[in-house]
Formats: sequence, C-alpha cells, structure tokens
Amino acid sequence: MSENKEVFFRMRDIEKKYALGDEESTVLKGINLDINQGEYLAVLGPSGSGKSTLMNIIGCLDKPSSGEYILHGSLIDDLDEKELAQIRSREIGFIFQNSQMLPKLDAMKNVELPLIYAGVRPRERARRAEEMLVKVGLQDRIHHRPNMLSGGQQQRVAIARALVTRPTLLLADEPTGALDQTTGQQIMALFQQLNDDGHTIVMITHDLKVARNAKRIVNIIDGELTEVEEATFA
Amino acid sequence: MKQFIHKLLGGFYMFTESVSMSIANITQNRLRSFLTILGIMIGVTAVIALITTVSGVSTSISDSFTSMGAGTMSVSITGNDIQAGLTSDNMDEIAKLDHVTGVTPTVSATISVARGNTSETDISLAGKNDYYFTTSPDAVERGRGFNLLDLNTMARVCLIDSDMVDEFFYGVDPIGQNLYLNNLSFTVVGVLADNSGESVSEIVSGTSDIYAPYTTVLKMNSETLVTAITVYIDEASASSAVQTTLGNYLDNLFNYEDDTYDITTMDSIQETMDSMLSMMSALLGGIASISLIVGGIGIMNMMLTSVTERTVEIGLKKAIGAEPAQIQIQFLIEAFMLSMIGGLIGVVLGIALSAILCNVMGTTFTISYNAIALGVGFSAAVGILFGWSPARKASNLSPIDALRRM
Repeated sequence: MSENKEVFFRMRDIEKKYALGDEESTVLKGINLDINQGEYLAVLGPSGSGKSTLMNIIGCLDKPSSGEYILHGSLIDDLDEKELAQIRSREIGFIFQNSQMLPKLDAMKNVELPLIYAGVRPRERARRAEEMLVKVGLQDRIHHRPNMLSGGQQQRVAIARALVTRPTLLLADEPTGALDQTTGQQIMALFQQLNDDGHTIVMITHDLKVARNAKRIVNIIDGELTEVEEATFA
Repeated sequence: MKQFIHKLLGGFYMFTESVSMSIANITQNRLRSFLTILGIMIGVTAVIALITTVSGVSTSISDSFTSMGAGTMSVSITGNDIQAGLTSDNMDEIAKLDHVTGVTPTVSATISVARGNTSETDISLAGKNDYYFTTSPDAVERGRGFNLLDLNTMARVCLIDSDMVDEFFYGVDPIGQNLYLNNLSFTVVGVLADNSGESVSEIVSGTSDIYAPYTTVLKMNSETLVTAITVYIDEASASSAVQTTLGNYLDNLFNYEDDTYDITTMDSIQETMDSMLSMMSALLGGIASISLIVGGIGIMNMMLTSVTERTVEIGLKKAIGAEPAQIQIQFLIEAFMLSMIGGLIGVVLGIALSAILCNVMGTTFTISYNAIALGVGFSAAVGILFGWSPARKASNLSPIDALRRM
C-alpha cells in the first residue's frame, strides 16, 4: 500500500462484467484513467455507453470485476460494503441529476446529513453546513425546505452537501440535466469556481456542451475510453 | 484510544440523530402511524386491564377469606353403613378437641312459607346451633338466637331476614308472631342482620332466608344426622394439628373406612381459588398477547412499505456514506419507537380501564407493576423483533439499484 500513498486517482484495466442469463456482457472493457489533484474532467458518452457503470465504480458504489482502482492511496478493489461506505463518506462528494434532497429536512439538515454518518458532533456539523451553504450562495435559504426552493437552489444544496465532508473528489452525474439553460449555466459557473478553489471534479454527461465546461474530456463509447484532445473542442 | 472515543461519540451523535429522524417520520404520517400502533396499543391495554382486574378480584377474594375464614375448617361427612353422619353427641365431642372452640352444623332445607294470604315457595332454610350465635353475635339484629333448650326440644322457633320481614310482616313487628314453614307453625324470635356473619359455604351456596334450630330442620327433613359441619379453632396456626386430631377422631368413629369424610381448610380453598385465578389471568393475558403479535405484524407491514417507499432516500444516504449498519439501526429505532409509543399509550389506557373496571366490580384497584413491565417489555420486544427484518432489508438495499429509481 505504501507505494499507493501518493497516488491520487488511478484506474488500470478496469473491467465490469454482468451475467445476463447464460451470457456475460462486458460493460467496461479495460478502462485506464489517471486524474490529478485539482483536475476538472468530463466523462462524455451516450446512454448505454457504460458511463453510469463507470460512475458507480469511480464513486465506490460498485466494484470492478477486474482491474486496479486506487483512490487517494486506498485500493478499492478488495473492500467490503462497510469499508466502501466509509470511503464514500471520506473521499467522494456526490451530485446527482436530481438534487435528491430529503423532503422532510430543511437545507441545513440536508447538508448536515453526510456529517451525521461520519460521526461529526452537532455544533461542528451546523458550522460546516452553514459555511457550505454560504459558499454556494444560499445564505438566505438555510432553513428552507426543498419544496420552498427552486430546482437550481436545490442543486446548490446538493453541491453544498457534496462539499461538506471535504471530499477528495466531487462526482457529478448530469448535474444540469434537470435544469433550464440559464440555471444550468449558473451551476456550471459554480463548478468552475469550485475547481478554481482547488476542488477535483469529475462530471458525467451525455451533452458535449456541458462537457465543454470541463478542462479535460474523455469519451466513453461501448465501454472503452478515449482521450479527447483539447484542440478538437476548443 | 482517542480514535475509539471519537468513534463512540460519532455513534452517539448518529443515534440521537436517528431518533429525531424517526420522530419526524412518525409524525409526518400521523394517521398511518396511529393506525399502525393501534394494534400494539389495544394489545397492551388489554393485557394490563385484564391482569390488573383479575389481580384486583383475587385480592378482594383473599381479603374476605382472611376476614371471615381464618380459623375455620369445613368438614363434610359421608360416614359408613352404620352411621352416615354425625350425632349431636359427636359434635359435642369434636368441640372438646384441642384448639377447637366450637362446631356449627350445616343443615338446610328448601321450604314453603306462608302467613295469612301471603305465601312463598323455594325459600332456603338453614339449621343453626347455639354456638353459631356465640361465634357470630352480629348475625342477630333484633330478638334472640337459639339456646340449648330450643335445640333439645326441636323447638319451632325461627329467625328471618329483612326481606322476609318486608314480605310477610309489612308494618308489623314480626317478633312473637307466627309463620308457617311447610305448614308447620313457627314463632319468630328474631330478625337477622343484613350480611351477617356468612360462612364460606354460605357465600358459595347463597345465604339463607330463614334460620331454625338445626335439630328442628333435621326433623323436617326426616333426618337424624348432620352431614356437614364447620369447625372453629382458636388460632389459624393450629389448623394442621386440628386437622390431624379431627381426622383421628373421625377415622375412629367410622372404623377407619375409606372416604368417610373430607376436611377442607380455608387455606386449601384459598389456594385452589388463587391457582384458579392465576390460571385465568394467564389465560386472558395469553389471549390478549395475541393482539400484541398482530400489532407487531402491523408494524412490520408498515416498515416494509416504508422501506420500499424510501428506497431512494436509503440509496442516497448510502451514497453519501451511510454504512449498512447505520441504515439498519435507523429503521430499527423507528420500529422500536412506533411500538413503544403504542405500548406507553396502552399502559396509560390499560391502567385507566382497569381502574374503571375495578370500580364497577367493587374490587380493590392496585396498579400492577408487573403488568406494566410486561406491557412495556412486550412492546419493546415486538418492535425489535418485527422491525428487524424490514431494517435488514433496508440495510441490504444496493445504492446503485436505489439510485437508478431517481
């Protein structure tokens, strides 16, 4: 493990196979991917390309069938459910297409949620949650419930929730998919600002226009990854 | 060490948060939560009300037993072919045994009563001796009891209760008046007090309306021998000693033949009564606890529905770092709290209901802490038991499947 200590993000020959009856379908066919600290990467691919499966593996929700995945010095491949949960808690900040706030909780409590499972004490939780809500520009919506917030505001809450554990990696799945264009652009601007602050961001999308917000784009088609040269979209 | 404490504290914060989230979930669906806990509530109410009420009845019964039955034993006599009962000489001899203060015979008849134009059938007549009035001086309200002369001469005298007075002597002082019992003329010598010194056998068989000397009643029945007596002893602790000496006397009298008599002490009656009551209490409690199990199934059903409804929430929580055990604990707490809320309301209702029941039945109401502990313990157990499987199901949900539903 000691050799992995300084590895930030490395995937080698990642394969994911699913059994479909007697047949076996290979969804990911030997993915190699390195991400440096502070990068802003978009994974671009149409539906059925395997990008969701790749996102699940990057987000430690799922384990590869074979290959090596090191995140922030930890080898993910042989962790059990509980250890995966702890890695997610520590290393990953998820931002989903629909913000997925818990409807019974206000913005503050929603942002606090990951800290509850991480065992952070209440006062510290509140302090950090408020700090993050201010950071995403919701200082005057702190005690609003989801039904009192617009889609864009809900997505900001989700971003604050993803940031609050100070994760290694922000992992966004179609973060603007459910938003209108203007709001989507505002969220993208916020991503840009977070990346400028030093956050590492991986964004999964099918939309090239959205992907162009990232500094680096990889294309996934049929379970295989290809690097897109900047020249081709700049 | 520091890490351990940190972990412990983290677990505690998680726990308190789970409790408040459970409260939020329970209060969010008020009607559904209420319907869910109804089963547990009714079950606990029933268990507590039944146990408390039965124990109230049992306390009242044993109280009245000790107040009147301490120091007496009932003897029923079948006798043998030569002598199928006791003579008055036999009773005199029994009365002289150690620790025995006296003997009263139990003799009864069902008679018709008439005076003037009024007549009544199916009246119960009890035969008494002089000792009866010595040992229960409160039995006579007015007039006199029976004396030895009455007994020896089979005198046609009687005491009547207040109902008889109302029936046959309305507006007339009955003492000294005549009354026809089975067409025989009797003189009323006294009036019985209400609820006067009833013996246990009288409580069991009902009180008598008219008393007459027992020798007179025997004669009316065309009998000469007494087949049941009550033996009074000077102290309750001598009960078993008297049982032995009395047994020896009767064995001797009936030539050591089998099944010629049966001695029942108050202790044994009370024991039988107690064991009957506790069996009844266990039986009723058992029936009531079926509703607790039904209530548990209700909770399980709601929790399973809730897990399905909250699949996305569970997946989200897992994605942001909740461990399976943390999810499980949260659902378990919710089931436990649902059940406990039902249980506690049930305890309050059960106590109220048993207070009302005891009041209606006129028995002593005492809060049975055992019943409360049973109700609370049972509902806690039901919550954990029936919450376990839904909580397990929630904790095993795959976050990928859960999030796919978004």
